[in-house]
Amino acid sequence: MKWRAVAINTFREARRDKIFYNLLIFALILIGGSMLLATLTLGEQSKIIMDFGLASINFFGILIAIFLGVSLVSKEIQKRTLYTVLSKPIGRTEFLLGKYAGLLLTLLINTAIMTIGLYLTLMLNQFSWGLPVTDVEPHLLNAVFMIYLELCLITAVALLFSTFTTTTLSAIFTLSIYVIGHISSDLVALGEKLPAKSTAFLLKAIYYILPNLSNFDIKGQVVHKVAIEPIYFLLTGTYAVVYITLLIATATFIFNKRDF
Amino acid sequence: MEIIKTAGLTKEYPSGLFQKGPRALDQLDLAVSAGEVFGFLGPNGAGKTTTIKILVGLMRQTSGTAQLFGQDGNNTEARSKIGFLAESSHFYEYLTASEILGFYGNLFSLSKSLIKERTITLLKQVGLESSGHLQLRKFSKGMLQRIGIAQALINDPELVILDEPMSGLDPIGRKEMRELILSLKTEGKTIFFSSHIMHDVEMICDRVGILAQGKLLAVGKIDEITQGKETLEESFIRIVQGEQVI
Repeated sequence: MKWRAVAINTFREARRDKIFYNLLIFALILIGGSMLLATLTLGEQSKIIMDFGLASINFFGILIAIFLGVSLVSKEIQKRTLYTVLSKPIGRTEFLLGKYAGLLLTLLINTAIMTIGLYLTLMLNQFSWGLPVTDVEPHLLNAVFMIYLELCLITAVALLFSTFTTTTLSAIFTLSIYVIGHISSDLVALGEKLPAKSTAFLLKAIYYILPNLSNFDIKGQVVHKVAIEPIYFLLTGTYAVVYITLLIATATFIFNKRDF
Repeated sequence: MEIIKTAGLTKEYPSGLFQKGPRALDQLDLAVSAGEVFGFLGPNGAGKTTTIKILVGLMRQTSGTAQLFGQDGNNTEARSKIGFLAESSHFYEYLTASEILGFYGNLFSLSKSLIKERTITLLKQVGLESSGHLQLRKFSKGMLQRIGIAQALINDPELVILDEPMSGLDPIGRKEMRELILSLKTEGKTIFFSSHIMHDVEMICDRVGILAQGKLLAVGKIDEITQGKETLEESFIRIVQGEQVI
């Protein structure tokens, strides 16, 4: 269980990082501040708060996943802390899994705190309108679950890049994959309208190779109470697990081959 | 019993995607016995750190073998019996001295009570007993070197490998390091360390090996190397410049 020691240490590093707190506090201020924005609308206040709150959880979660994820291994190499750790009786795969698990734990706690912040804001909004405070949307948790799955996947992408390139390049690559992953289905639709078949083929290849992150975005459906079948969660969850396994396996393969 | 044994150890760094680069190590045959203090000497770029990195599993050799306790350095079981201090090593600066020893102790699967006991003993041994609660970011270079030694001893290792342990230390720090190495020898541990500082090596080593351009040019007791006529530094310069094999 040596990976657990690495995971706890990674979590402790994030916890003592000021950037983590700054992002978390900023996210909570934004979620709380959405109450002010909600006053601009009539009768749809809770929807505005939910929409804004979920978007904040997603955005700040991704920021933390990318900023901390890309430095998971590359910072250990740059700062030479890796030398001492890998000279101990811990396998490289176990070390990598520990780093990944540590960041997932950090993201879980971060997401949980932001979700609590969102629910408190919703309850405060209910209270201010004289409505029962317990009458808040429980299905928000479905959207939060999908956001967390997306964070797990993006962290695995960041970890993969972190094993063979610098922190800055890893951040650029991961951010690019995040953006393309959200618009890949639009790219396919665009490709079908283009005359050049090779472009359409290329865009389709990108669609199949890169993670399809729009699958994880159910914020709109949840806020507008559109029913989602349980099978959708099962399929998307399986997709995430398979994709993450492939990413971690590739990261492990590269990391095991490297000289330090 | 041979604790460290390399045979035909060769390392080539790739210079391009498919091109082999210069040889950092060239057919290195080396053996260090139990209970020895072995000084590994050589000019900059001789291949000392490369040898050490291969021994502790940070790097893989191009050819040849590198064994600790009869097992490959990549074997985690072999690494459970060693303590290692890297050259100008850095540690997690957000951890306190006690926390970092706890972290490394966990990597050896030591029990909580043993980690606590070893932490108290080691912090005292390296003179940091009053700094256990301080984050490493507040440590001076000398203090970091001491915590480096403490982490290398957390598992009460049979073999201690130190890469340039005296580098950057003031004369008092170097004297303390020498005393520490000698005290480890009296405990029956084997010590393998690389250094540039001949004076220190002369004072504490049982045997030395001189490496240049990846080749082992000389190995033996200090008297054998100096032939009783010169200082170790003079012998070192003569051997390295003349590439004379002893």
